[in-house]
Amino acid sequence: MKVPPPSCYDEMHDASGAPRAGYEDYCGWLAEQPAELLRRKGTEAEAFFRRTGITFNVYGSEDAEERLIPFDMVPRIITAHQWRRLSRGIDQRVRALNAFLHDLYHREEIVRAGRLPARLLETNAAFLPQMVGFSPPGGVYTHIVGIDLVRTGEDDFMVLEDNARTPSGVSYMLENRETMMAMFPELFTRVRVREVSDYPRRLARSLAACAPPAAHGHKPVVAVLTPGTYNSAYFEHAFLADQMGAELVEGSDLRVEKGRIAMRTTRGYQPIDVLYRRVDDDYLDPLTFKGESALGVSGIMDVYRAGGITIANAPGTGIADDKAIYSFMPEIVEFYTGEKPILQNVPTWRCSEPEALKYVLAHLAELVVKEVHGSGGYGMLIGPTSSRKELAAFEIKLRARPDNYIAQPTLALSTVPILARAGLAPRHVDLRPFVLVSPGGIDITPGGLTRVALKKGSLVVNSSQGGGTKDSWVLDD
Amino acid sequence: MLGRSANGIFWLFRYLERAENTARLVEAGFRMALTRDAMDARDEWRSVIITLGLREAYERKFGAEYPGPLVFNFVLRDKDNPGNVLAMSEQARTNARMVRAGITRELWEAVNDSWMNLRVRLARPVTEARLGDVIDTIRRQATQVRGAMEGTMLRNEIYNFARMGSFIERADNTARILDVKYYVLLPSVSYVGSSLDNVQWENVLRSVAGERAYRWLNAGRMEARGIAEFLILDERFPRSLAFCYGKLRSNLAHLARGYGGEMASHEILRDAGNEMHALTIEAIFEQGLHQFIGRFIARNTRLAQQIQRDYRFAE
Repeated sequence: MKVPPPSCYDEMHDASGAPRAGYEDYCGWLAEQPAELLRRKGTEAEAFFRRTGITFNVYGSEDAEERLIPFDMVPRIITAHQWRRLSRGIDQRVRALNAFLHDLYHREEIVRAGRLPARLLETNAAFLPQMVGFSPPGGVYTHIVGIDLVRTGEDDFMVLEDNARTPSGVSYMLENRETMMAMFPELFTRVRVREVSDYPRRLARSLAACAPPAAHGHKPVVAVLTPGTYNSAYFEHAFLADQMGAELVEGSDLRVEKGRIAMRTTRGYQPIDVLYRRVDDDYLDPLTFKGESALGVSGIMDVYRAGGITIANAPGTGIADDKAIYSFMPEIVEFYTGEKPILQNVPTWRCSEPEALKYVLAHLAELVVKEVHGSGGYGMLIGPTSSRKELAAFEIKLRARPDNYIAQPTLALSTVPILARAGLAPRHVDLRPFVLVSPGGIDITPGGLTRVALKKGSLVVNSSQGGGTKDSWVLDD
Repeated sequence: MLGRSANGIFWLFRYLERAENTARLVEAGFRMALTRDAMDARDEWRSVIITLGLREAYERKFGAEYPGPLVFNFVLRDKDNPGNVLAMSEQARTNARMVRAGITRELWEAVNDSWMNLRVRLARPVTEARLGDVIDTIRRQATQVRGAMEGTMLRNEIYNFARMGSFIERADNTARILDVKYYVLLPSVSYVGSSLDNVQWENVLRSVAGERAYRWLNAGRMEARGIAEFLILDERFPRSLAFCYGKLRSNLAHLARGYGGEMASHEILRDAGNEMHALTIEAIFEQGLHQFIGRFIARNTRLAQQIQRDYRFAE
């Protein structure tokens, strides 16, 4: 039983079926393309992705070690005007996130001011006591942020999640564009789309600008730390290292030498200045965190605290994208920037609060309920599409541990058409722009990753749950 | 570059080289078997298995019978043979994925493409009717990888490690083929100057893709010494031992320049080079071809191990 959300906003067509602002040129072009040609291009695109190895590994799936994230050829278009507003909102939000993290690990002014309950920090596994009193090089906590945005109307963009740990997906943003340009070069002469391809260069520059004191006097050496070829995002790790001209290292390549983190090269051990790690906090340092981890480096936290290396993102940033903290983001933005939030939060009920829990239990069939520390679309309940049995089972879990959950209304997420067998068909989308933070400022790449739920009516866009991606265009003025 | 990456690229090219050479050996065996009676065909297939060092594994599974389809399927795709061509192609791809950040997109795509192609073609048992097509694919994919490498890779240390992997492996493979074939042909060689079985000798050359080159250089005269000399000492032939060692020398020398010094591996290679330079085919036959090859393979292995140590392939 699928209940489609009432009256969704379609980004391409208005109620009369006419193209909306930004889509006119594209729709004009599309109308000229024979259906057969588009179908053939779809097959070409898949072969292209397979050959280039743009795959992701699915945990727990036996048959296919590597899978493709389905790519849809219809782009998602954002006008220059819309983007300006989004950028301002993202900039504000990311500034607030960094100020918040600094405060949490220092004076906790926001708690003292009574704007955030202390218990949210005390009981939170993402809060790292090792970071207390320490300021990371350049004062930057979240070097790379992926802000997940959803849209419900012309001007109604909302933040669904702040990914402040190790956001992934940027390689798809880049490869989707490459694919589109290879398949439809003429399209790009008709529509002026802003470039995303210099993201790796910007990333390299941004990381180098956060070099630690120990790197003083030479060009910083940047390396990407991957858990290895079996990780679901390995392709992206290799891709970024390649594009940045950085080494792609694994834990087994690294050790502490003379107060630095050094990698085993063919010439011996050489120190690394900035480590863009794609390994979770828990696995970063077996001496400090999980003792059995082979993915990290023993002693890296000591080196870090002594100024021997920059870790990006800083350990302990996960506290900022925790879903319980998320519900306080409007207050957080206001507290640190002194401004009203430009981007809204999705209304959120904290099930830890008795009143909220009561409401959530009474309206379970209408709500989306998420685990506070979950990610990737796992362990969540989508009320409207769940059976009575599923709802009952979830209610038991919810009553047992209310503080493990938050709830949000089922949003009427905007749609953008995909090219289905029978032609264009609207599907729900979200958007993850990628944001770089350095002492020099905040740099937002004009574009991002559009994820699309390929199943009709589905609201789940996660690639691990059958979502696909689209090229995301920000138009030039 | 990372020691682990040097190891990855070195083995990437060893696997590629080995897969290609294995395919050539199978191809030559197939052709030979076609032109012989059943008895000789069996000997031919057995010599292929012996050359690849698979006799024990093969006979454990199939006994001492050597029908063609069993042999080439065992070599190409049998899971009980961990060194089957498909597995090598997959290993090569795994290595390429590991060193993805150190190789060009074109090289990666060629390796990936090669594996995807072989996976399809070797999904089902190969019949005699399809064997030619499969071998052809393997050879063509190898050529494509080589082309991508030549045309797009920087001539830096990564390239040097890749090339050293190729030539260590190729020297080893050529030496093994010569050794085994020599034994197969021993009865006819025992009397120097006898008229040799031209087809058999041509087959030795065919398994290293050298039949045409040899004919061209020697006006079609097939004789044991000439062929051994060609495969060991002729620096013009890209699969000869001398050629492989020339390439190893230039790549290792390039590394020494870049690293500002020589290592123990340079010394091993210099000794080998000096020895080969002074060698004549007469001297080789005097000490015994088999003995010569045995020593050559052992030193080749030592050289590979020393390179891995000198350049910190592993902790």
